[in-house]
Amino acid sequence: MNLPNLVPMFMTMNLNSWSDALAGWMPYGLPLGLVIIAAIPLVFIALYALTYGVYGERKISAFMQDRLGPMEVGKWGLLQTLADILKLLQKEDIVNRDADRFLFVIGPGVLFVGSFLAFAVLPFGPAFIGADLNVGLFYAMGIVALEVVGILAAGWGSNNKWALYGAIRSVAQIVSYEIPAAIALLCGAMMAGTLSMQQFNLLQQGEYGFLHFFLFQNPIAWLPFLIYFIASLAETNRAPFDIPEAESELVAGYFTEYSGMKFAVIFLAEYGSMFMVSAIIAVVFLGGWNSPLPNIGTVLLNDWTTGPVWGAFWIVMKGFFFIFIQMWLRWTLPRLRVDQLMYLCWKVLTPFAFIAFVLTAVWEIYMK
Amino acid sequence: MQELEQAEHGSVRVTPKGNDRVVIEKDLSSEEMILNMGPQHPSTHGVLRLECKTDGEVVVEAEPYLGYLHRCFEKHAEMVDYPGIVPFVDRMDYLAAMNSEFAYCIAVEKLLDVEIPRRVEFLRVIVSELNRIASHLVAIGTYAIDLGAFTPFLFCFRDREHIMNILEWASGARMLYNYIWIGGAAFDFPADMQKRIGEFVDYFRPKALELQKLLTENEIFVKRTRGIGMMPADVAINYGWSGPMLRGSGVEWDLRRNDPYSVYPELDFNVRVPDGSVSDIGDSLSRHLVRAYEMEESLGIIEQCLQMMPEANGFDPRSAIPKKIRPKAGEVYGRAENPRGELGFYIVSDGKSTKPVRCKARSSCFVNLSAMKELSQGQLIPDLVAIIGSIDIVLGEVDR
Repeated sequence: MNLPNLVPMFMTMNLNSWSDALAGWMPYGLPLGLVIIAAIPLVFIALYALTYGVYGERKISAFMQDRLGPMEVGKWGLLQTLADILKLLQKEDIVNRDADRFLFVIGPGVLFVGSFLAFAVLPFGPAFIGADLNVGLFYAMGIVALEVVGILAAGWGSNNKWALYGAIRSVAQIVSYEIPAAIALLCGAMMAGTLSMQQFNLLQQGEYGFLHFFLFQNPIAWLPFLIYFIASLAETNRAPFDIPEAESELVAGYFTEYSGMKFAVIFLAEYGSMFMVSAIIAVVFLGGWNSPLPNIGTVLLNDWTTGPVWGAFWIVMKGFFFIFIQMWLRWTLPRLRVDQLMYLCWKVLTPFAFIAFVLTAVWEIYMK
Repeated sequence: MQELEQAEHGSVRVTPKGNDRVVIEKDLSSEEMILNMGPQHPSTHGVLRLECKTDGEVVVEAEPYLGYLHRCFEKHAEMVDYPGIVPFVDRMDYLAAMNSEFAYCIAVEKLLDVEIPRRVEFLRVIVSELNRIASHLVAIGTYAIDLGAFTPFLFCFRDREHIMNILEWASGARMLYNYIWIGGAAFDFPADMQKRIGEFVDYFRPKALELQKLLTENEIFVKRTRGIGMMPADVAINYGWSGPMLRGSGVEWDLRRNDPYSVYPELDFNVRVPDGSVSDIGDSLSRHLVRAYEMEESLGIIEQCLQMMPEANGFDPRSAIPKKIRPKAGEVYGRAENPRGELGFYIVSDGKSTKPVRCKARSSCFVNLSAMKELSQGQLIPDLVAIIGSIDIVLGEVDR
C-alpha cells in the first residue's frame, strides 16, 4: 500500500498537491487515483443536476419572491429534493391507455441520453475529459439536438392535445434556435481555430487570467456570446422562451401526461442541459477551466488557482453563474408569444449572428 | 357551395381573420381540432370551460361553457330571510366579498328606506375600497401568471396578505366577511384600526410603484398585451360591460361617480381611463392599466375616509339595524361598483314575508364574459389566455 503517499495531501491546503498525490496513488499498480479524480466531477455533476439544481432553483426563486422556499427537510431544506425523488420513485408508473406505449416510454430516455451524452466532451481540467474529440464542439451541438426526438416522441406518444402542442412548439423552437446558436459558436471556433473542447481551454490559458479569455481577447466576441446565451435559453426551454411547457397555456407542455420517475428523468434532463449550455459558454468564451484571476506582480493569484481540482472548480462555478442568470431571468420576465419567439430568432438573432460571423472573420484575418 | 365541399375534404384553411378563405395544399388534410380548455386548466381562473376550435395555434372560435360552480344563489335567497342572504352574497365574488355585501345591502336598504349612521357609511367605504385593492392585486397577479411571470404574482399576494389581516381585525374573517349588514355593520373598527390602515396605505404606495416597474413597464408584458383583445367602446356598451372592462375601452363610467351611493359624492377621486399613450384603447393592457390606476385612487379614498370619519365615542354600528326586516311590497334594483364592474341586485318583496320573493343578481363578470366569443375569434392560444386573464372573472360570481 502506498498509503503514506496520501498523507501530504491532508497536510497541505494546496489543492494542486492534493490532486497530484491522488493521481499518483496506484495501489497494486492500478491507476485508481486517476479513476477517482475522473469520477469526482461526473458524480458531482449528476448529484448537482439531480438535487441541487432543483434546490437552487427553488431557493433562488424564493429569495426573489420574498419567500423562504423549502425549509422543512434537513437544514434549510437541503434534503428537500432527495425527499422529492423518493416520492417520485414510489409513484405508480402510469402509461395512458390510449398512449403510444413505445414512444411514451422511450421519450424521456432519449431526452436524458441526449442531454447527458454531451458531458463526454466537457473538459473539467487539463486531464479530466471524457473524450477529447477533435470535433468536440460540433459533437456537443449535435448530441444535444437529439433532445428534439425525445420531446417529439413524448409529446406525440402521450396522445394528448396539450402535449402535442407543446412538442410541436418545442421542436420548432429548438430547431430554429440552433441556427443562431451554431453560428455564434462558429465565431468562437474561428477565434480558436479548433473544434476540440480541450484546445479551447488551452488557448485561453495565461498569466493574466480573464484577459486571455476569448470574450476579452476580441472586441467582437461580445456579440456571439450574447447571441449564444439568448439562443441557449430557447434551446433549453427556459424563460422567457419556455413556451413549450408554458404552464398557463399548455398545462405542462409535452410532459403533461408524465408522472413518477419518467417525469423525474425529464426534469433531470432539463437541468442537465441547462448545465451543459452554461458550460459550453464557459468553455468557448470564458476560458473553461482556466482561472480568471490574474497574476499581479508577486501575488501569483493565477498560478495559485490553477490545477486539476481548481480547473473543475472554475468550470463548475462558471456553469453555476450562468445557471443563476438563467434562473434570475426565469423569475423576472414574462413569457414571449410563439410568433414573437420566432421573430426574435429569424429576424433578430440570425442576422446578427451572420454579422458577428463576418466581423469575427475580418478580425481574425486582418486585425489580429 | 363549392367552398363548403372543399371544406369537408379538408383542403380549405381558415385564415386568422376568419373571413376570407384561401385554398392551400390540396392533399394535406388540415382539419380544425377541437381543443377543450378547462374546467381544469391553470389559466381559466377556476372552472370555466372553453371549447376552442383551433387551426394550429389559431383559435377559430371559442365558446365558453359555464355552470361548474353553480350553487343556486337565487333559489337559496328565496329560502332565507334578508340578513341571512348576506353570507351567500359573500360566496359569489369571493375575492371582493365586502363589495358584494355592500351592493346587496344598498339594494335592501333602498327597499326598506332606513337611515344609515354616518360612521357606518365610512366603515363600509373603507373596507370595500380595501377589498377593491385586494381584488385588483389578485387580478393583476394572476394576469402576470397567465403571461408567464411568476414573481409579480407572489408580490401581489404578499401585499394582499396585509389587507386580509386588516379585514380580519375588522370582521373576524379573512375572505368571507359577513361584515356589512343591512342597516349597519357587524362591528365597529377595533381601537387602533385607523392607524393600522394608515400604515398599510404608506406601505403599499411604494409597492404599487415596484409592481408597475416590474410588470406594467416590462417590454415583454407590453408586447404580450398591447393590441390584444381589442374591444371598441360601442361594442363594449352593447355587450353591457361595466367596471374596469368598460373603462379600458375608454368610457368614463363608474357607478361611484355616475350613480353615487353612500358617501362617495363627498370624496375626491378620479375615474381614470387610459389615454392611449402606452396602450391601445380597448385592449388587454388598457384593462390592466385601469386596475392599476384604481388601486391608487382607492388608496386616496381610504386616506380621505380616515380623516373625514366621525369619532367612535361609544358608537354601536348595529344601532340602526331594524329588529325584523320585512320590507313593504315592491321591487327594487340596487347596484354598486364592484372591482369587476356593476354588481346589481333586483329584489321583489311581497310585503308579508321576511324572505324575498325574488332575488336576482346581475353579475358583472358574467356579462363581461359574454363577449368572449367575439374577443377570441382568430386569436392565438397564448393570446386567448391573455384575454381571459384581462376579463378578470371570478367563477363564483359568474355561475352563482
